[in-house]
Amino acid sequence: MAGHQTYEEQKALVFRGLMLLGAITIVEVVVALLAKGHLVHSIKFSEGFGHYLYMLLMIGFSLYKAYFIIFYFMHMAYEVRGLMLSVLLPTTLLIWAIIAFFQEGNSWGARRELIREKNEEIVKPASNSKPQGYLLSGFHLPQKG
Amino acid sequence: MADTSVAHAHETHDHDHQEDPNIWEGAKEPFKASYGKLMMWYFLLSDAFTFAGFLIAYGALRFSTPTWPEADFVFASFPFVDAHWPLIFVTFMTFVLIFSSVTMVRAVQEGHRENRNGVVFWMLLTVLGGAIFLGSQAYEWTTLIVKENVTMSENPFGRHIADGVYLNADGSEARKEDGTPKTFVKGDNYLLHKHDGKFDIPQVKYTTGQYAGQVKEAGLGPKAFGALFFFITGFHGFHVFSGVLFLSIIMINAASGLYAARRNGYEMVEKIGLYWHFVDLVWVFVFLVFYLL
Repeated sequence: MAGHQTYEEQKALVFRGLMLLGAITIVEVVVALLAKGHLVHSIKFSEGFGHYLYMLLMIGFSLYKAYFIIFYFMHMAYEVRGLMLSVLLPTTLLIWAIIAFFQEGNSWGARRELIREKNEEIVKPASNSKPQGYLLSGFHLPQKG
Repeated sequence: MADTSVAHAHETHDHDHQEDPNIWEGAKEPFKASYGKLMMWYFLLSDAFTFAGFLIAYGALRFSTPTWPEADFVFASFPFVDAHWPLIFVTFMTFVLIFSSVTMVRAVQEGHRENRNGVVFWMLLTVLGGAIFLGSQAYEWTTLIVKENVTMSENPFGRHIADGVYLNADGSEARKEDGTPKTFVKGDNYLLHKHDGKFDIPQVKYTTGQYAGQVKEAGLGPKAFGALFFFITGFHGFHVFSGVLFLSIIMINAASGLYAARRNGYEMVEKIGLYWHFVDLVWVFVFLVFYLL
């Protein structure tokens, strides 16, 4: 793999990687502090549309860092295409895992109040104290008419 | 490299439609990568799924609670300085990992040139970076556990669910030193302090939201926060720790001339390099979900 580049080119790539990853990290932290209102007190975008934009930007930066590390530091760019696909394609399964579990988390959150109410609910004991199953004696179908 | 000549030899065999007598001896490399390197890639793939599972669980639990502590409030301490510097120390930790990743790439490059001293020098710097990262994480954990009383099941970092005002023990409105009421707005972060083994939980009166006009306790924050933080950063830290261990072993082997004798471009260094970059890669996402979002 290393045969594709001269030694000088390789060293230049390492320096470029250091600069790139460092610069992205600094930009991420500066934007994060700006978003939470730590740098300029009048500017804050931690709610609403600005917050979504902020999150998308952070996820984008992180995915780019991940791409750079995998393809250049781990040399995936110089491996055979089949190796690259066999490692990277399975990770697309995570897209569905993220959608499904975040949906699930939202649903737990939405039903928190209901669960609390159900936990605190006092259930009256059944008036008919005979031990029974529904169909044996205690359960009567409503009469017609 | 020697690899290319081997690959050419196999191509001619394929054209002959003849079974290679050495085919079960590892003579033919799938994807033109050695067995060890290929298996390292698949191990890392499986490890990526483990970490993804943890991080997705973090997301699901975070979405299921009405509030979640903000990272810039929780992670704001810095060693030797009594200051509130949000995210600065963890940025330092990120840079330590980036630097150690870069020195690892240099070690692999020197290995391809069969330069023993170069390999050992750059690996030594990588081990040093890993050790500094572990030390930083020990500081971060100690601050959370000893100073701020976060545990696996108790989390004193909370956020107000609505606007309101703090109350004194007798039920009157608390006032600041300048006489104005001690108010807070929705989303404000707070940290409860412990006295004699018990948390001081203040009474508050909300002025907005579904509890407007009611007196409630501003209690402990979401329980899952501490457990998720310690478990996920701990699992990552354990990867760093085992990475430092294996890097040290391979560095000593390289220094002893073991890999020079193999004449395969220090492939062992390349394999541990893949693992080390993966640890950095995971940190990119841990940094994203715990500190940035």
